[in-house]
Amino acid sequence: MIAERYLNAAILAIFFIVPAWALWANEPFTITLMTRAAIFALAAVGLNIALGLGGLVSLGHAVFFGIGGYAMGILAFHAQTVTPLMEWPFVIEGTKSMPVIWLTAIVLSALAALLIGHLSMRTSGVYFIMITLAFGQMFFFFSISWSAYGGEDGLSIWVRNDFPGLNTLQPIQFYGLCLAILCAVLWFTHRLARSPFGLALNAARQVPQRVETVGLNPTRLKLVAFVISGAITGLAGALFADLNRFVSPTMFSWQMSGEIMVFIIIGGVARLFGPVAGALVFVGLEHFLGGLSDYWLVYLGLLLLLIVLFGRGGVIGIVSGREKAHG
Amino acid sequence: MAEPVLATRGISKSFGALKASDDVSIDLRPGEIHAIIGPNGAGKSTLIAQICGTLKPDAGSVNLLGRDVTQHTTRARAKAGLGRTFQISALAMQDTVLQNVVLGALGASGRPWRFLAPALGDADLRARAEAALERVGLQDHAATRTAELSHGQRRQLEVAVALTLEPRVFVMDEPMAGLGSEGSKRLTGFLDELRHEAPILLVEHDMDAVFSLADRISVLVYGKVIASGSVDDIQSDRQVREAYLGEDA
Repeated sequence: MIAERYLNAAILAIFFIVPAWALWANEPFTITLMTRAAIFALAAVGLNIALGLGGLVSLGHAVFFGIGGYAMGILAFHAQTVTPLMEWPFVIEGTKSMPVIWLTAIVLSALAALLIGHLSMRTSGVYFIMITLAFGQMFFFFSISWSAYGGEDGLSIWVRNDFPGLNTLQPIQFYGLCLAILCAVLWFTHRLARSPFGLALNAARQVPQRVETVGLNPTRLKLVAFVISGAITGLAGALFADLNRFVSPTMFSWQMSGEIMVFIIIGGVARLFGPVAGALVFVGLEHFLGGLSDYWLVYLGLLLLLIVLFGRGGVIGIVSGREKAHG
Repeated sequence: MAEPVLATRGISKSFGALKASDDVSIDLRPGEIHAIIGPNGAGKSTLIAQICGTLKPDAGSVNLLGRDVTQHTTRARAKAGLGRTFQISALAMQDTVLQNVVLGALGASGRPWRFLAPALGDADLRARAEAALERVGLQDHAATRTAELSHGQRRQLEVAVALTLEPRVFVMDEPMAGLGSEGSKRLTGFLDELRHEAPILLVEHDMDAVFSLADRISVLVYGKVIASGSVDDIQSDRQVREAYLGEDA
């Protein structure tokens, strides 16, 4: 058994070594793959706050991923066509500035999470899964029929958005940005899990009746976790759209929600680096097996099955054993 | 006579045709231990649930520290000073013993909305939590995962979590259950002192503990209080002996 700390360090090292090699060997596509892995990891780290810490099995996190994507798409679309987003009651212009887009993505997905969470939290278990799925489908069909922004065809953005002081057209610079955000969010999640809020949330997942009897509100704790979770996945959505310079209703699809959850299950539920490991494995399989066969998802399904049956802690659990109680 | 700190006034609760609480009026006065006894299915747990706010009575009221709290949530009652222990341990099994008591201290502080500083690094929370652990004798197990505690230690931890709230009233649902004679004796000694900090409404099956601790006993049978009085009164009550102590009078 390798201590989880060292395994986490090894996983993080991959995110530094592989792109460094790719830069040296002049393999920009590998950098793009690693960017994809980092962004997927970020989306799943977000979901893991709701799922792993809060015990909220959301099958609708594509809503936030999509909102982030469309926040980027719509703002950048208006910037490239030089048309205002709205003129009344006040004028909102489009923008190509990443920080502004990110902030918009975070705020909008947090608001959506507040609304969806507030309504879904009345249910639990399988009903919670179904209601979050239903919200996901609502957003999906809405985006399909929203012809002003491409409807089914989605929106293409010609040039990647700007970040002050960086040339984001350079794959390695955009990658560095995504990796920095991933690291910052991992740090935040690590602190969150040990904070007073995290401790109460952890208990609210396991014994809500106990949390009530010490005078705290377990539902409100979970709702706040859901909002934080949605905001992070929304930020990942904005980055994903910028990576592809394209946003489409696929980002809202239930398959997307499922994929984000699969990253967590492969890597290890409630483990800090679980979603990161899962996203790496997914992108790796997608690249290597996807090159061999169009039906590579069969192998992913098999892997998922094996992990669920025999290795409940995911990759992290298999390598470093059961989680130690923190403290 | 001192004002009761906790009182139910004629509470009734039915589940279909079953009357789980039938016009129950009991009270708890400062400094006393009032034991509720009764055979299985007598409605003790239903009564506790209504006192703590997890169930709302069909009729009657619950009074806590002079205020009618019948419509208040469990949380509001906890904040008002009601400390409860569960019959079946309700502890975060994946967390450490210390984390469980820190949760209590966090509830008492009313400040869970802090997202970055480590909870266990908060000196106030920690001091309060560790003091509670020490009082029940679990200080050496602070770092143990709760799932690894023995049954008896979990019962002690239940009490410790309630202590962190520094409640003004305790409601304890079978704290001795499954403790064994040694553990039972120790907890009996502890509760004997604890009553001077806050009175205890004690639901308990362990008759040795009940008879040695209780200032008053109420006997619940089929949701009704059939007798209430001192230990001597109850031990000599004919109806109680027939209904509960299983003796032919």
